[in-house]
Amino acid sequence: MRYVCLVYMERQDLTAVPDTDCMAFGESLRASGHYVAAEALQPAETATAVRVRAGKVAVTDGPFAETKEQLAGFYLIEASDLDEALRVAAEIPPARAGTIEVRPVRQLSAQQPGAPRAPR
Amino acid sequence: MNARPGSLPPTAEAAARAAAETVYRAESRRVFATLVRLLGDFDLAEEALHDAFRAALEQWPRDGVPANPRAWLVSAGRFKAIDGIRRRARFDSLEDRADEVEAIAGEDGPERETIEDDRLRLVFTCCHPALAPDAQVALTLREICGLTTEEIAAAFLTAAPTLAQRIVRAKAKIRDARIPYQVPGPDELPARLDSVLRVVYLVFNEGYSASSGDSVTRVDLSGEAIRLGRLLVALLPEPEAQGLLALMLLHESRRAARTAPNGDLILLDEQDRAAWNRDLIAEGTALVERALASRRCGPYALQAAIAAVHAAAARAADTDWAQIVALYDLLLRADPSPVVALNRAVAVAMRDGPAAGLALVDAILGRGDLEDYRLAHAARADLCRRLGRTAEARAAYQRALALTRQAPERRFLDRRLRELGE
Repeated sequence: MRYVCLVYMERQDLTAVPDTDCMAFGESLRASGHYVAAEALQPAETATAVRVRAGKVAVTDGPFAETKEQLAGFYLIEASDLDEALRVAAEIPPARAGTIEVRPVRQLSAQQPGAPRAPR
Repeated sequence: MNARPGSLPPTAEAAARAAAETVYRAESRRVFATLVRLLGDFDLAEEALHDAFRAALEQWPRDGVPANPRAWLVSAGRFKAIDGIRRRARFDSLEDRADEVEAIAGEDGPERETIEDDRLRLVFTCCHPALAPDAQVALTLREICGLTTEEIAAAFLTAAPTLAQRIVRAKAKIRDARIPYQVPGPDELPARLDSVLRVVYLVFNEGYSASSGDSVTRVDLSGEAIRLGRLLVALLPEPEAQGLLALMLLHESRRAARTAPNGDLILLDEQDRAAWNRDLIAEGTALVERALASRRCGPYALQAAIAAVHAAAARAADTDWAQIVALYDLLLRADPSPVVALNRAVAVAMRDGPAAGLALVDAILGRGDLEDYRLAHAARADLCRRLGRTAEARAAYQRALALTRQAPERRFLDRRLRELGE
């Protein structure tokens, strides 16, 4: 099962963790077989929002969240269950300075387009 | 009803039906726990459990009660679920469903050990820290204790739909985020056990502090918590699990003595000790001794040890306060919280006199930690009263009163204020 670990940090902490730590962690993820993909992101000021409304494309600066923490990067990992994913997330170097949000990946379904699986 | 060929005589039939009902009451949560493991889904397991009992009510009166009713129910539930999955598979993607059926059908029959392990797994799943704390409590009462949603809602004075929603959301998260159904490994066990014990203690306290007036209509949450505590101690002989069970039993032993007929609180030193339940005290004390002997005991075992010292005193005046202070010293090291420091200060006052206790309480209040904590002001008031510092005592009682919402506590503080005189 796949999980995305979203790394959130405050603006001033974005450089708190040395890149070399993250590179070393990426290597250990590859070695353990958890790694699927991972990237660090430029600060939120570099973001551009795209919306399509009534067939027209609108491009704006942003979006900027109200919260102080911003998305700083992500890991896409393979784990057998949530406990294993949480163990990996706790090892992500920025967990020491920011917050890691662990989200399960949803399988797209041809039967129920766009809808999360309803509780039975 | 006409007798069919090969069916049991009517009395045996009634006996078989009664047996099915008895098994249901005693075993349904165990069967459920195993079905959750086999089916990997709470709702499927619930459905399978009901199907299995429906089948038992049909078949046992006709064919007799099986030798191992629990194993029969688990396997009936499993096959009902497989049937259900096969039926749905006709409309679904076939290969996923076929795999599921394979996985379920490949399981061995339930051994006693596995079944008890399943219940422990279920406890750890329901109390997983990835679930919201109130959802952990609701799920545990629903899935482990088998209370109905309505009973849980009434016990926590919550609207039933709100509570049902909470349970549905938690179950969806267990499924979609794949919260595992397993007892954590040795590395993670202490932290995860904390989460389980906190849920059990929360349930206990909700039942213990509930006002006595409407308790007739509320389920006995303290009783459920003690049952859970016993289950944990039986399955996982950890000192803190023993400590928590001991603590609950020792508190429970004083239940009859702690409230007056009008609902007023009676403090420990004024309780009728003859009304304490000796059996619960003996059981609790023995558990405390086991936990302390392990030399790995934590906050629950230490709190239980303090309660056991109180329980050992025939009269309030006989209390071994030196021992209690020593236990608070250990507790403060294990759990360095201002509330523990406050309780230690009160014990020091009993050992060394009110002036020594007041100095400690004032130091705690001086740090600003417990400025809005009603019991800190009530403790200060009591110590000032005993020192004859009436004006200070009055001010502190008034501060405590302003912070108190519970009616019996308000009446208690009012009475103390009046006793101070003008």
